Amino acid sequence: MRRLKLVANYTVEMRLLVVLVIMCFGLSLASDQFLSLGNLTSLLNNNAVNLIWAVGLLVVLISGGIDISFAVAASVVQYVAAYCFGLLGGGNWILGFLVSGLIGIGLGLVNATLIHGFRIISIVITIATFNAFFGLLMFFTSGKNIYNLPSWWTSRIFIFEHQSTNGTWSELNLAVAVMIGCVVATWILIRFTGTGRQLYAFGDNPEAARRAGINIALMQAVAYGWMGMMAGIAGLMQVNIVKEVIPNALYGRELEVLAAVVLGGARLGGGKGSILGCLLGVMFVAITQNGLNLLGVSPFAFQMIIGGSILIAVSTSNIQIGSDLFKNPGKYIRTRY
Amino acid sequence: MRQLVQHISDHIGKETFALICFLTFLFVTFSSLTPRFLTVANLSSMAFQLPVLGILTLAMVAPILSGGLNLAIIFTANLSGLTLAWTLLQAGGPDAGIVAFIIGVAAALAVGAAAGLVMGLAVAYTGAHPILVSLAMMIFLRGLGEFLTRGGDISGFPEFVGTIGHGSLFLIPIPMIIFTLVALAWHVMLVSTKHGFSVYMIGSNLNASEYSGIPTKKTLTLIYTFSGVLCGIAGILMVSRFNSVRVGHGEALLLVTVLACFLGGIDPFGGFGKVMPVVIALIILQVLSSGLNLLGANQHLSTAVWGLFLILVMVIRHVVNQLRNYLARRE
Repeated sequence: MRRLKLVANYTVEMRLLVVLVIMCFGLSLASDQFLSLGNLTSLLNNNAVNLIWAVGLLVVLISGGIDISFAVAASVVQYVAAYCFGLLGGGNWILGFLVSGLIGIGLGLVNATLIHGFRIISIVITIATFNAFFGLLMFFTSGKNIYNLPSWWTSRIFIFEHQSTNGTWSELNLAVAVMIGCVVATWILIRFTGTGRQLYAFGDNPEAARRAGINIALMQAVAYGWMGMMAGIAGLMQVNIVKEVIPNALYGRELEVLAAVVLGGARLGGGKGSILGCLLGVMFVAITQNGLNLLGVSPFAFQMIIGGSILIAVSTSNIQIGSDLFKNPGKYIRTRY
Repeated sequence: MRQLVQHISDHIGKETFALICFLTFLFVTFSSLTPRFLTVANLSSMAFQLPVLGILTLAMVAPILSGGLNLAIIFTANLSGLTLAWTLLQAGGPDAGIVAFIIGVAAALAVGAAAGLVMGLAVAYTGAHPILVSLAMMIFLRGLGEFLTRGGDISGFPEFVGTIGHGSLFLIPIPMIIFTLVALAWHVMLVSTKHGFSVYMIGSNLNASEYSGIPTKKTLTLIYTFSGVLCGIAGILMVSRFNSVRVGHGEALLLVTVLACFLGGIDPFGGFGKVMPVVIALIILQVLSSGLNLLGANQHLSTAVWGLFLILVMVIRHVVNQLRNYLARRE
């Protein structure tokens, strides 16, 4: 009975999980490289930054908002952090996390203040701050890259290394550990704390939440502050991976992360979404791309196929399959627009 | 004088009136700051730059009015442009005749409409959220475009194609004429047709419209199809202006079109808004950009100013509303 309840509560997640398992099974048959340690670790390495953003965005979506500015905010954090480390005489990892987390929270609070203080819908504010952040960043940096970064920041740190019998190395880098930390922290926040439960209530019905005595200013601050912190940390890890700061490197990544998170069951409009779905959504996109790569499909076709599968996924996710179909065939397709 | 102001303001709406006042203020400021602002060269270059962004913004208007969003506009336009370019290349590239061009334009519009139709059907019949549908469509179309062009650009068109992008008719730039016609058509469509009425009703309350007998599914499908057709026109204009097509061309304009819509007073939740204020908002953005450019700032500073300006406008709107409520309560 309890298991049935789990399936009923996480319909989208379960469906995505089934599709993902079938995909992985098919890929492991079609390509002997897919299930190799090297491939799995590189999948994690390549998606760590996206996953950190994704859990941040999940919190904002649960609270009923949306954020377009986080990827650009991460670039701003990278620049300002690089400048701060110069002032602080080099810095180290602890300072790095502190500085980039705090700058990120600051940028997130800019969004939260504008959204709450002037009651402006989040998509308008974050599109505006997206333009403002990016424009100012490009203007003040003149689009210049930074290469001479502190050595602690760019040195490769592995949390796991393994040499297989044929001599190829597979490793997990620091970003994966940080990603796991962020995922667990977000999971605890939304699942086990009072603030997290209030976020769901606030996202589902802000007015009801307000009347129930929830501090809505605090909710907005937590949601966007958390997103900002994740954006900052993701920015820090991105530099650790690519070893340079490029002002427009992250521009345009926000919509893909958004698509992946919503694919995992988070609802635009708030009150719904889970860490599991979020992870599955990002991994679905990542594994599709990885699978196409291993199957030798032209890289130019990747985006087309991913876009097509997301289109099919979002179009079919409202179609109710299961008991409801037999009890109430008239509601087979539920409009939830 | 006060009566005259009141009369004008009542006739065109407070919001439009405020935007026009601000536009005038910008004109005066920039003209006094730099002598090069109020010249024929600058005004005409502004008139050549505005239409592409303008038509793309109009493609965004109806989806937002209906409570959705069309994030696929740029890549729909790119793909339409690609269709035209491909048709012209098949007909001999620079030697292609006018017939090939007309066929190409028709094919480009058809491609735009088809992309919109698929989105409209998905939004109307599966109940998926328009932001997601159009986001998926955007990723798909970008992928399709990259797949077809291998990321390169296509160029080499007959000379007369360029005259559409650079020519003038009675001293008015041809792109501007096209934009004006489209804006007028869109204004008429939204204000005085059955379809326009349905768009506003759907944006206000989808379920209530459904129960009131408004053909919501048909209207939603049409909204996105028409949006796709406009993207097609924008795509054709981009081909003729830049004399080349590349997938991703104009990508940065996507969020600017949303910004222009909100600046023009379109309700982000849908249901309220008009074409005229959006056109004025577009002119404001163009004036800001050109004026700052003449003062020595680059495009990126303009982008930042656009964003900050939108925040400022939304804040002023909120404060004015609060003040009005406060005064109403005191009376």
